[in-house]
Amino acid sequence: MGRIVGGIGLSHVPSIGPVVDRGRTQEPAWKPLFDAYVPVREWLQRLKPDVAIVVYNDHGADFTFDKYPTFALGVAEHYAIGDEGFGTRSLPVVEGDFELSNHLAQALIYEHEFDLTLCQELAVEHGFLVPMNLCFPHSTNGWPVRAIPLAVNVIQHPLPTGQRCYRLGQALRAAVESFPEDSKIVVMGTGGMSHQLQGKRFGFMNEKFDQWFLGQLEADPERLARITHQEIMEQAGAEAVELIMWLTMRGALSPQARRVHRNYYAPMTTGMGLITFEA
Amino acid sequence: MGQQLTGPIADTTVFDLRLSRRGQRLNKLCAALCSPQERDAFKRDEEAFMSRFALTEAEKELIRRRDFEGLIEAGTNIYFLLKIGSVTGTGLYKMGAQMRGESYDEFLATRHIRGAV
Repeated sequence: MGRIVGGIGLSHVPSIGPVVDRGRTQEPAWKPLFDAYVPVREWLQRLKPDVAIVVYNDHGADFTFDKYPTFALGVAEHYAIGDEGFGTRSLPVVEGDFELSNHLAQALIYEHEFDLTLCQELAVEHGFLVPMNLCFPHSTNGWPVRAIPLAVNVIQHPLPTGQRCYRLGQALRAAVESFPEDSKIVVMGTGGMSHQLQGKRFGFMNEKFDQWFLGQLEADPERLARITHQEIMEQAGAEAVELIMWLTMRGALSPQARRVHRNYYAPMTTGMGLITFEA
Repeated sequence: MGQQLTGPIADTTVFDLRLSRRGQRLNKLCAALCSPQERDAFKRDEEAFMSRFALTEAEKELIRRRDFEGLIEAGTNIYFLLKIGSVTGTGLYKMGAQMRGESYDEFLATRHIRGAV
């Protein structure tokens, strides 16, 4: 049967993409970020997940406001690399897992009443790819895991509530556990942490809030899930509301999940957090 | 209802459905810039490019003036606005400096590690 073996919460700052592509990861300004992922990758090599479910948001590469899904699940064998306005990165196509996607769609819609939009064609961009770059570096053979995109509307209010995102994670866990094949799965919650990218408050960060969020995610996620969009945006910046996607990751783990790694680095305009749990 | 967003946040534009509706034409223009051919078309003839999206004269003027704060207030989503930034050679941090009313160097001086760009 399917089993969730780990969860990762991490920021998906777009500037990380070109830093990887141009081999700048060891520059002093970036080294503290990339060094934090060395033990994470070693840990993942021990866990040997077959599939990563990546909870992310699109930034106008493949979803537009003509039609904007609240939750959308990739249900394809492959996902293309998207162009979000800066060109298409030279990365291998992402291999999906149709059987697992199909099972998740059935279980989430029939059993758990999450009426997802199902996507047979989905081009993924930095929200999805930067976490993959950090945790599952690709080689000439492609990516070391199959991956399933789960997109969340975190940009056009009304957004799903934190509570709803957490419950989606819980449903995801139950759905994975009823998958008949032996499959080890890691869930990644991406985005955040504190940042604001518009208005006079551009560049706002709040390390105190971010550290509190990391602590609560570990210690009392049920309570953290009741945080409102207003509270997140006031305390951590308008774009920090992406953090509700970390709640889906946490909901997919057992309440007793053990925290393994934790890191924080805020060089420019985004609090770049990292936290991992072993289920 | 309404408990998620309870009131205005200082110096912040909340991109809600009403604002998205207002900015729909602008956001469609931005979304078109997700292809190299369309970016070339924008660079070749900005006026001709804008004329395809039924923008008001005021909206066109915001793009001509590279008024990023004005574009946000007119309903352009920040992540869509970045595509105009890219095609006009105005990266996120330059855009941000303008929105803060600072020069690029003044903005960079407020950052912890200014090399992380």
